[in-house]
Amino acid sequence: MTSDADRPLLEATGLVVRFGSVRALESVGLTVRAGEVQALLGENGAGKSTLIKCLSGVVKPSAGRIVLDGRPIEPDSPHDAERLGIATVFQEVGLIPHLSVAENICLGREPGRRFFRGLIDWKAVRSRARQAMGRLGLGGLDVERELGTCSVAVQQMVAIARALDVRARVLILDEPTSSLDRGECVKLLEVIRQLRSQGLGIVFISHFLDQVEAIADRVTILRDGVLVGTFEAKSLPRSKLISLMVGREFEAAAARDASDSGSIEAGALLSLRGFGRSGMLEGVDMDVGPGEVVGLAGLLGSGRSETARLVFGADVATRGRMTFRGKAARFTTPRQAIASGIGMLPENRKEQGIFPSLSVVENLVVSLRARDGAFAGLSLRAQVSLAEEFVRLLGIKTPDVHARISGLSGGNQQKVLLARWFATRPVLLILDEPTRGIDIAAKADVLRAVERLRAEGTAVLFISSELEEVTRSCGRVVVLRDRRSVARLEGSEITEQAVLAAVAQTT
Amino acid sequence: MTLSTPSWHRGLRSLVWPVAALALLLAFNAAFMPGFFALEARDGRLYGVLVDILNHGSRTALVALGMTLVIATGGVDLSVGAVAAIAGAVTATLLVEAQVAWPLAIAEAVAIGACCGLWNGLCVSVFKLQPIVATLVLMVAGRGVAQLITGGSIITFESAPVSAIGNSAFLGLPIPVTMLALAAVGLHLLVRRSAMGLYIECVGDNPVAARLAGIPDRAVMMTVYGLCGVLAAVAGVIECSYIKAADANNAGALLELDAILAVVIGGTALSGGRFSFAGTIVGAMLMQTLTKTLYMHDVSAEIAPAPKALVVIVVCLLQAPRVRAWMAGLWSRGGAA
Repeated sequence: MTSDADRPLLEATGLVVRFGSVRALESVGLTVRAGEVQALLGENGAGKSTLIKCLSGVVKPSAGRIVLDGRPIEPDSPHDAERLGIATVFQEVGLIPHLSVAENICLGREPGRRFFRGLIDWKAVRSRARQAMGRLGLGGLDVERELGTCSVAVQQMVAIARALDVRARVLILDEPTSSLDRGECVKLLEVIRQLRSQGLGIVFISHFLDQVEAIADRVTILRDGVLVGTFEAKSLPRSKLISLMVGREFEAAAARDASDSGSIEAGALLSLRGFGRSGMLEGVDMDVGPGEVVGLAGLLGSGRSETARLVFGADVATRGRMTFRGKAARFTTPRQAIASGIGMLPENRKEQGIFPSLSVVENLVVSLRARDGAFAGLSLRAQVSLAEEFVRLLGIKTPDVHARISGLSGGNQQKVLLARWFATRPVLLILDEPTRGIDIAAKADVLRAVERLRAEGTAVLFISSELEEVTRSCGRVVVLRDRRSVARLEGSEITEQAVLAAVAQTT
Repeated sequence: MTLSTPSWHRGLRSLVWPVAALALLLAFNAAFMPGFFALEARDGRLYGVLVDILNHGSRTALVALGMTLVIATGGVDLSVGAVAAIAGAVTATLLVEAQVAWPLAIAEAVAIGACCGLWNGLCVSVFKLQPIVATLVLMVAGRGVAQLITGGSIITFESAPVSAIGNSAFLGLPIPVTMLALAAVGLHLLVRRSAMGLYIECVGDNPVAARLAGIPDRAVMMTVYGLCGVLAAVAGVIECSYIKAADANNAGALLELDAILAVVIGGTALSGGRFSFAGTIVGAMLMQTLTKTLYMHDVSAEIAPAPKALVVIVVCLLQAPRVRAWMAGLWSRGGAA
């Protein structure tokens, strides 16, 4: 029998969550001991978020039980979970930038004055905030400072301090480092170590394997809503960890290093050298030739979409060099990039791609008409026949081209967005996860369309989490890790094994 | 381009409720207000209640057309009343004190309206102020500017051509009706023949996607707020021609609310996206008919807004998808029983 000492602090067993017919979690368990950091890993859609939502009372599992300190609990809101002793810092820090650090820490539980409960005892608010920050080794911070003026790292610490303010036993951190730069990450990891030594059980979610290796005592891996296993961090080499995450075996072969970042490749259409933006992308070296499909591979959060956005001018690069068509280029708006012949299919179809209340034809011609100017004559008849041509070419299933795009399936919406860029005849097309969330038949159609585009001489920058797609479609693959490019593979070197090996390489 | 395009069909469908409300109101008046539909032709011009409604409704509708474009981008322009007051003040002051020729006076008033609109557009698109805040500034400050121009007094003018705008007829109908028709046709051609209408609807429907699709979002904002300013100024000129005077204090009072209501009744969502000029014009006429009906039933100006609000909320609810779905449910259940 387990003695009281090594009894787990938090033990979740057999959790099941279904959203409609989709199973988000299937009989998943997690144990957290006092004074340890438990890393939770998995690719997109593995069920990490759902699992922590169960623990923090956001989602109610349809089966399974959660035991905290030997007592079964059923938290029904984050507030309830906090009261029971499980504090969560979610990815989007829910703080109010215009209030002071102290107000943010005590918000919603301000200490009242002794005789007038309705009045706030500001002195107590400040001292409690100072105490909470002190626990994180930040006792020197001016708690009356407006939160918005503090660095992102400090804001993150304040979110943690707020979570800890209610005597937490378990602290869940969801991607706490995703918006921090290297120095700030080091600081945050230091704070986590300190909290561990105070006997807290910590669940740490991150896409950055370096950080996981630096801090985790044990690692729990999820894949497709199923528990892969829990492992001692020390006895789990990175190659093994990655193959467990992506569900494929591979041998750690030595990948070629891509740090030949000197001269720009002759004849390249797009060249990046040390290209990036502080806090977003450390530095990417890459060349894309005309009529070439170049893949960007790497785990989630490795900087793939960030690279795409910076090239396209959706965010503005502050580091390194970019040359496009032989000239130095730095786009500050997507409009400039489009005028130069670049197109980008964004990562999130619904939020960044479609105009939901407009028709298929309007969604399709919009970039063409935006590039050519408001008064470039394009008759309605010409628009409709252009749209009908692409509907035929890409096999878009829609009642007619005047139907609202929001009524189409995800795959057909994605094809309309592809057609939007095909219609502009771009020199370089960036595709960020073009096959995410669409059915298999549509996936094949999309990949075929990309191949046709390449055959017509368009260069393609292809981003996908599906290694198989990357290895099949690309003539060259650049591997990113921790927001920098770490390897380059060409021709026959491109195998899933080799890409995984590059992803797994330790620096 | 033929008229039987799908967008035309869609436009017709969204017109059903505002037109039905207007018809209902007219029917009510036909039943309870003898003489409501009486028309009299004198000196080649029509007189009657309906003509009055068309005359004053056209002024509101002109402003509401500009407001339609602004609202379609997901914004709002609260400053139209103040801009109308400035335009009236400029016209009257130029006519009386500077003895400027009337076309020049009107041209200057409209140009100043354009500048006001462009300023709003600058605040919204470049300085990223919330539209409601950016235009609220001009709504408050604009009245002060109008007062400064008129020196705080009501300036009356004697200019036959200017007072003719609001007080004489073209083809038997008041001149503002012709102005509205010209503005509506001109705007329709401008935004629907060019890609402007598409840009506007895209910006309102999904601003993030619009930027990534390469739409010149700043230019779109400048254009719609600029046009809105121009139309508000035109309405200001019409209003001062009605009374042959510029009243900086009362000119264009609550004009912004009437215009916004006309747009909303016309089926353009305040959240932006799809817009309909035809709906807006019907909405403006509905508002004017309602106002006139209440006055004719001796409802005092002080309490008139209450019944007006009631009609507005009913028309808006009828257009809300949730209410429609609910009513459709009631209908089918009733049919089955």
